[in-house]
Amino acid sequence: MKKIFDKKHISRTTTYLMVVIAYIVLTILQKTDNLGSLFSSLLVPVCCYIVAGIGLNLNVGISGELNLGQAGFMSVGAFAGIIISGLLSPIISSGVIRLIIAIITGALVAALFGYLIGIPVLKLQGDYLAIVTLAFGQIIMSLINNFYIGVDNNGIQMSFVDNKLNLGDGGRVLISGPMGANGVERISNFTMGIILVIISLIIVYNLMYSKQGRAIMAARDNRIAAESIGINISKTKMLAFVISASLAGAAGALYGLNFSTVIPTKFDFNTSILILVYVVLGGLGNMKGTIISTTLLVLLPELLRGLQTYRMIIYAVVLIMIMLVSNNDQLKNMFSKVFAKNKKGVEDVS
Amino acid sequence: MAFLSYLISGLSLGSVYAIIALGYSMVYGIAKMLNFAHGDVIMIGAYVSYFAMTLMGFPFYIALLVAVFACTILGVTIERLAYKPLRQAPSLAVLITAIGVSYFLQNGAQLLWSASAKMYPNAFGNGQIKMFNGELSISYTTIITILVCILVMICLTLFINKTKTGSAMRACSEDKGAATLMGINVNKIISITFAIGSGLAAIAAVLLCSQYPTVSPTLGSMPGIKAFTAAVFGGIGSIPGALLGGLALGIIETLTKAYISTQLSDAIVFAVLIIVLLIKPTGLLGKKISEKV
Repeated sequence: MKKIFDKKHISRTTTYLMVVIAYIVLTILQKTDNLGSLFSSLLVPVCCYIVAGIGLNLNVGISGELNLGQAGFMSVGAFAGIIISGLLSPIISSGVIRLIIAIITGALVAALFGYLIGIPVLKLQGDYLAIVTLAFGQIIMSLINNFYIGVDNNGIQMSFVDNKLNLGDGGRVLISGPMGANGVERISNFTMGIILVIISLIIVYNLMYSKQGRAIMAARDNRIAAESIGINISKTKMLAFVISASLAGAAGALYGLNFSTVIPTKFDFNTSILILVYVVLGGLGNMKGTIISTTLLVLLPELLRGLQTYRMIIYAVVLIMIMLVSNNDQLKNMFSKVFAKNKKGVEDVS
Repeated sequence: MAFLSYLISGLSLGSVYAIIALGYSMVYGIAKMLNFAHGDVIMIGAYVSYFAMTLMGFPFYIALLVAVFACTILGVTIERLAYKPLRQAPSLAVLITAIGVSYFLQNGAQLLWSASAKMYPNAFGNGQIKMFNGELSISYTTIITILVCILVMICLTLFINKTKTGSAMRACSEDKGAATLMGINVNKIISITFAIGSGLAAIAAVLLCSQYPTVSPTLGSMPGIKAFTAAVFGGIGSIPGALLGGLALGIIETLTKAYISTQLSDAIVFAVLIIVLLIKPTGLLGKKISEKV
């Protein structure tokens, strides 16, 4: 018990507590019908963005590599999850078990993609690395946009570029190119979303405070110094990259199975950027910040719905103002004086 | 003959990419920031020239001037309001601000001019030049696009290499601190860079809309990403690199669409970029900077 509340762990503990309390409060509100249908429908997507954001924060904040293609990994995870859930639906009737299998599959497939993409990507540095992740995100979207898969009594059929599916009796189309997946069974739920958030927090926190995590941060802070003390840079960077990708994949699977229709262009460059915005606003390397900023920024456009057409303009202005204010030296000094005494519990990894 | 005609239309598309890529590349070279709002400046340029031609009834060259003027002011204003306060901030903060500006311009355009696409007037007419007994026909639009690109390149290279402001720009891109010590007003140079980049975006907008005649609030995003790719492809920060990257990207895209697959052309373009960066990690003409310990 003492260990949980000491200086090093207090921030982690409050993060977990925050998630659990949010879950309890929201579930009570939902069960007693006090949560509007709009907010209920946002619960699972918020969880998905949080998990993908935590993954991206590991990559951008802890490992220090700008990734502009996180949505690509979400996409891979989403469609892998949809396929496996669709294939298993006649065999396993329980939605929860299929959801778990789908999330694990999504995470594994995205991890595999992350590994394959990581081999060339991690050879580059800085903005060049960022542009290559952007390129891979576009390639993944373009490939899934041309991917057709269906199943009938004879087995699975796949085709590429042109829809050559020729399904027999009892055939079902799982993914139909640019039309994406239609008629997906919606098996995602908020509980699973929260469990996934907690699992990803456990993974990332344990990694951050382990030997590997310290090696990743050392490689970020000074590549040459880290190399000189025997840290294998490409291996540590790859570890962070693959875990980040697999978290995005798991989030994608949860996301994909939350809607009856999912199109490949949902996971485009803008989605990658959106997740990056959540991460940067929450604070690099700060997982609690990612959770809070993701929740607020997903809700913000919805809360502004009363203002209708002006809402996205206000959203953009808020985004710019936050960046300007948070990087203003005078304001920073003012805040640091006010909060000087509260600095102890701050999660400081950067 | 079909190949030659694809090659020429690729060149013309590539010219547009090259002009946009120049804007990215110059801003990156001097301000060291990825200006994601650049694509949306193109979109604003397209709308301004559209309204200049349809509502005001201006001929296209005056519309072009109006658009260049509007975009230059827009670019300088964006720089002054959003990027200048962040000069000392971490690069990711500037990136997010640029994204905010991009959202702002896109949604502002949607609010002002609605999301539905508008038909861009035909600026250069339907004329064609026929060669080889009519087997090869090239439209005036294509020729004008390529010529404008060449003209822009020559002017810009002369400006950068021969004028005082140009050499100040080169100095800033190499070492801002040293440039300040030499009495160069770095803030002014950055503003000038944004002005030129945005003016070029307006030229690109008119050329782009003459080839693909629809104007919508999201018009700039895809050419923006492609041109950014082109800038990296050629070596970001390098002006001949932006030209080479833009032309190469345009040609590759057109040829893939013609011979391999229309749907997969984007994937192939980006795959080529990745291969190039793996062989030459700083782009085709990028400078290799050795790391100091």
